Amino acid sequence: MDEARISRHGSRARLWLAGGWLLIALLAAIFAPLVAPQDPLAQDLMLERLPPFWLGGAEPGYWLGTDSLGRDLLSRLIFGARIAFIVAFAAAFAACLVGSTLGLIAGYFGGWADRIISRIVDVWMAFPPVLFAILLVAVLGTGLSSVIIAIAVIDWTRFCRVIRAETMGQSRMDYVENARIAGYGRIGIMLREVLPNVVPSIVALLSLEMGIAVIVEAILSFVNLSISTDDPTWGGIIAEGRLSIHQAWWVLVFPLVTLILTVLSFSQFGEGLRARFDPVLR
Amino acid sequence: MNAPAKPCLDIRNLSAVLPNGLRVLRSVSLAVEPGEVRALVGESGAGKTMIGKAVLGVLPPSVRIVEGNMLLEGEDLGRLAPKARRTLIGARTALIPQDPLTALNPSRRIGPQMTDRLVRILGWSGEKADARIRQLLDEVQIRDPERVLKCYPHELSGGMRQRVLIAAAFAAEPRLIVADEPTTALDVTVQKQILRLIAQLQREHGTAILFVTHDLGVVAKISQKVSVLYAGKVVEEADTAALFAAPQHPYTLALMAATPRYTDPFASLKPVDDKVLAGLAAEIAAADQAWRRPHG
Ligand SMILES: Nc1ncnc2c1ncn2[C@@H]1O[C@H](COP(=O)(O)OP(=O)(O)O)[C@@H](O)[C@H]1O
Ligand SMILES: [Mg+2]
Repeated sequence: MDEARISRHGSRARLWLAGGWLLIALLAAIFAPLVAPQDPLAQDLMLERLPPFWLGGAEPGYWLGTDSLGRDLLSRLIFGARIAFIVAFAAAFAACLVGSTLGLIAGYFGGWADRIISRIVDVWMAFPPVLFAILLVAVLGTGLSSVIIAIAVIDWTRFCRVIRAETMGQSRMDYVENARIAGYGRIGIMLREVLPNVVPSIVALLSLEMGIAVIVEAILSFVNLSISTDDPTWGGIIAEGRLSIHQAWWVLVFPLVTLILTVLSFSQFGEGLRARFDPVLR
Repeated sequence: MNAPAKPCLDIRNLSAVLPNGLRVLRSVSLAVEPGEVRALVGESGAGKTMIGKAVLGVLPPSVRIVEGNMLLEGEDLGRLAPKARRTLIGARTALIPQDPLTALNPSRRIGPQMTDRLVRILGWSGEKADARIRQLLDEVQIRDPERVLKCYPHELSGGMRQRVLIAAAFAAEPRLIVADEPTTALDVTVQKQILRLIAQLQREHGTAILFVTHDLGVVAKISQKVSVLYAGKVVEEADTAALFAAPQHPYTLALMAATPRYTDPFASLKPVDDKVLAGLAAEIAAADQAWRRPHG
């Protein structure tokens, strides 16, 4: 009883902390032009490599300092959040839709449907994901939509595998048999009886996948395969920061921290939501 | 043979095999007359659940029916198109399952879960279904239906869940209920109440029940007829009273010797002895031999 209460408190705290950070980042992304203190693209050689506000030599209005071209780091991070969130939502939803649908079908119907879908997943997963992504973007061309497509094309298998296994477990339960005895149709049972029981997992995976999409987008930006180099992206900033690590560590550290916090928050938020959604855990 | 009323359920010569060719049901014949409780008794693994699943049309895909008929109120289930069969089974039968936890959908509240079937399968109005469910919850002696209807299954005790499932089974007024060891998963103290409840609702509604159990004590309490199953074969069938008065088959005798009696709880219980088992093995082998000849 006590343990349950502690873990429930833990999961609630997780949900609020992670959700809080994500909300702040999301609002900053949506209202970037209003909240960013500077123009993220404006270069000023007089202001290059300014340190963050608490160090000597900082300028007011440049809270996290500037990069080697004198661009404001905070503003660049805020605008970078836009791309990160667009990619996170679009790619994760696309991967979720494809993967969960196929996973549900494979897990519920079994037999041929399952054999075909599982074989495709196995073949798919034999490709190393990062190479796969780079290859795809190279083929599709750089740009926001290519990045989104690449992530969805690679990561639907994660949803498919987990949802297939969960659906299989649920389909073996007596309530599914009961629904069949009552005379419900197969598809009706899949959608009305089984699906609600795998939704908590779908939600958790979706949030996790958003975090993964943020990382993949950052990696692609890092190797210069993402969006055009003008738009600030977290990966792009990290790539630039790496070059000036000895002169201006903050250009590397702040985007890294932002990235990690965001990715962690997505996964924790997902776990928290799962606990919330699941009537048995609740 | 010239009885005017059709049996509610008439299983004739039913055989089912596993993919490895093993027969799990060996030419089973068994009838349940309208309004009667027929017990199906046998040890674990005898194929009792398999018979119930065959009747309800939910055999595992690996199990194949190779001979025999099942007639539900005179309609041969094997002759119906799958859709018509589902509809018939859905309208005329219900299951009271062994494990009341997994038989309820964990993510749906009890209320909608119970009314859904009446509304969607039988086409009742929402109000009518709701009223019916409340009436049945009252019949199974659930005192606070408002709370129960709003609960998720895991918020109820095992006994309460089984009450809910009994109410759900009787709600649609099926002609036949298959009760598959409905008390086995429950606490001993609850078992008796649930058994009494099933017997009471059965009497009031006049529903025929195929009552699966491994417990002869339960058979004596609830049934009018009984079939004894061993290794998928009906080895004895009789009126319950006659069976207890004068069991014909050595296996039935052995089962009785292995069942504790309330009148003499300290009498030693005898496991089924080797001679009986050898006799059974020979009987099964002979039956399979006879069966294989025409079936190649
Ligand atoms: N899904 C299945 N596939 C194949 N064989 C099964 C399956 N379920 C049960 N069996 C086998 O069928 C036989 C009868 O099982 P069952 O009807 O569950 O017995 P009972 O209900 O009398 O305990 C057992 O020997 C069991 O091993
Ligand atoms: Mg059984």
